[in-house]
Amino acid sequence: MSKGIYLDNNATTMVAPEVVEAMLPYFTEQFGNPSSIHQFGNQVGKALKKARKQVQRLLGAQYDSEIIFTSCGTESDSTAILSALRAQPERKEIITTVVEHPAVLNLAEQLEKEGYVVHYLKVDKKGRLDLDAYQALLSDQVAVVSVMWANNESGTLFPVEKMAEMAKAAGVMFHTDAVQAVGKVPINLQESAIDMLSLSGHKLHAPKGVGVLYLRRGVRYRPLLRGGHQERGRRAGTENATSIIGLGKACEMAQEAMAYENSFVKAMRDKLEKGILDQVPYCFVTGDPDHRLPNTCNIAFEYIEGEAILLLLNKMGIAASSGSACTSGSLEPSHVMRAMDIPFTAAHGSVRLSLSRYNTMEEIDRVIDAIPPIVAQLRELSPYWQGNGPVEEPEKAFAPTYA
Amino acid sequence: MWDYSEKVQEHFFNPRNAGAVENANATGDVGSLSCGDALRLTLKVDPETDKILDAGFQTFGCGSAIASSSALTEMIKGMTLDDALEVSNQDIADFLDGLPPEKMHCSVMGREALQAAIANYRGEEWSDDHEEGALVCKCFAIDEVMIEETVRANQLKTVEDVTNYTKAGGGCAACHEGIEEILTRVLAEQGEAFDPNAAVAAPEPEPVAAQAKQPLTNLQRIKKIETLLDEIRPNLQRDRGDVELLEVDGRNIYVNLIGACSGCQLASATLGGIQQHLADGLGEMIQVLPAEALAHRDMMRA
Repeated sequence: MSKGIYLDNNATTMVAPEVVEAMLPYFTEQFGNPSSIHQFGNQVGKALKKARKQVQRLLGAQYDSEIIFTSCGTESDSTAILSALRAQPERKEIITTVVEHPAVLNLAEQLEKEGYVVHYLKVDKKGRLDLDAYQALLSDQVAVVSVMWANNESGTLFPVEKMAEMAKAAGVMFHTDAVQAVGKVPINLQESAIDMLSLSGHKLHAPKGVGVLYLRRGVRYRPLLRGGHQERGRRAGTENATSIIGLGKACEMAQEAMAYENSFVKAMRDKLEKGILDQVPYCFVTGDPDHRLPNTCNIAFEYIEGEAILLLLNKMGIAASSGSACTSGSLEPSHVMRAMDIPFTAAHGSVRLSLSRYNTMEEIDRVIDAIPPIVAQLRELSPYWQGNGPVEEPEKAFAPTYA
Repeated sequence: MWDYSEKVQEHFFNPRNAGAVENANATGDVGSLSCGDALRLTLKVDPETDKILDAGFQTFGCGSAIASSSALTEMIKGMTLDDALEVSNQDIADFLDGLPPEKMHCSVMGREALQAAIANYRGEEWSDDHEEGALVCKCFAIDEVMIEETVRANQLKTVEDVTNYTKAGGGCAACHEGIEEILTRVLAEQGEAFDPNAAVAAPEPEPVAAQAKQPLTNLQRIKKIETLLDEIRPNLQRDRGDVELLEVDGRNIYVNLIGACSGCQLASATLGGIQQHLADGLGEMIQVLPAEALAHRDMMRA
């Protein structure tokens, strides 16, 4: 087996070599605490300032002081939502969607237990929101709206800029988890009504363990972590200087690669998707193909299970992920697939292929060749399959006793 | 990625007896589509001898579901139906050199398919007798339904009760929040509120130290240790394991875990449980160490 083919970039990405290079001096000779007054600290302080600028530019933020470095996307999400609740204690409602990342969904469920009312916007079969239903929920009781920019599983984009305008008109704070979108779709926050935005370093070729909360100047805010004066007292704790510097470099590179992501990476994705759909019967693309991240393709293979597909792909050196129950470690397939009303026989067989600018057309050709026989091999084992197609009336022909 | 044994991987990549058996005279369909695992087992049974002449499986499921199905068919071919009914899900897991706790239900599904197929052959009605819930305790593979039912049946009130009755929560303790939530829910059904400070239902054994003032002789102490080990032996044997006492060296007590306990991923948790029991019973601080530690001690002394 040659070097593997990595198509799981929505899970995490390779740290770009240039990013590693930018970070290295700050582990050794430039080890100072940026808060210190001496030259050891001062150099690091300057590097952090540069990184903040680099992030600001990628996000199109008006001020660099709107960038707060955190430890990850999850911390940014929690900080944003909890801040909105604590800053407006009279407001007891939250609006979010059924397809959010667990970073938001599990927090929302916990807040429900604590007495908050959470409205979960539903999606249609293509994973799209109903903006009229959203409009009807906006009121002066709502503390914050939290809606993801791009879905991590299907890649479907939500119209967050429009939704932020609607929230603003109703006097409601708007937060977006843009962990999957930053670096893949152009973002210009100063022209938007978005109040808060979360991003995560390791999704755009920076290291793990660093994130950002964008906080629009003037938005009422309560820190999650109090302590030192770091991040202007809005996120206490000594800065993860090396990773922040890496993230800055990664943001600069993402900005330069934006056109490439939306042309060449997109072309690789489209070729991969067409190559699979043309060869494999009984499979379909999930989500909204017309409004989608350029790097993501999620295909549901009917009558087989995702973990088995991943294991066989892995054997061929191909890395992907799945929405099956087994791979999520739960008893249900992915909540995103279920929210789109995808039947169990297909939801368990959904496979996400997520590309990056480090993939090549040659790799894509190899994956297109690898997938059809794997699907055929597993279908041969499936009780829903016979010969070249599903058994007649599959749900009736095989209706197992619940176990 | 799951930590699958070589044998699981081997049976997944090269499944045996895949597909339906021709002229099958027994079929068992089990599983749950929502969970993503379902299995059809077909058998050809010799009506004269009741022997399973051939077995085949068709599985919609993950790697370990396919491997468990493959293992099951290999194990039961040539068995009589009565012998086949003796095959437990643990036997299937053992055949595969173990399954991760989250995946034990795959072996349960295999056993149930077998029961269903045999019932089908004998013209009996088979109904599933267990319901599966979300996995709560990952150390001991205990699910939500099991905890709920045990709490209800035994009027349990605390996390410690739940651990005493089901083992859930007895390992890394990360699931204690989840267990508290189950207790809150079940107690609410009975109009009660969960109180984290409530007294434990099963009274703690009185520390022996409080009563026995006289220090034990060496022989008495070893006998006492044997008695204490006998007390917990049934728990280990229930999981198809056992323990033997090797050496008592001051406060170091060396034991050998045997059967299913040896090589079990939970061996250290088991040792911890034994240590707790011995310490309580002896009323002194002791340390329970595995056989390898004894070998190490002897090597150091040599």
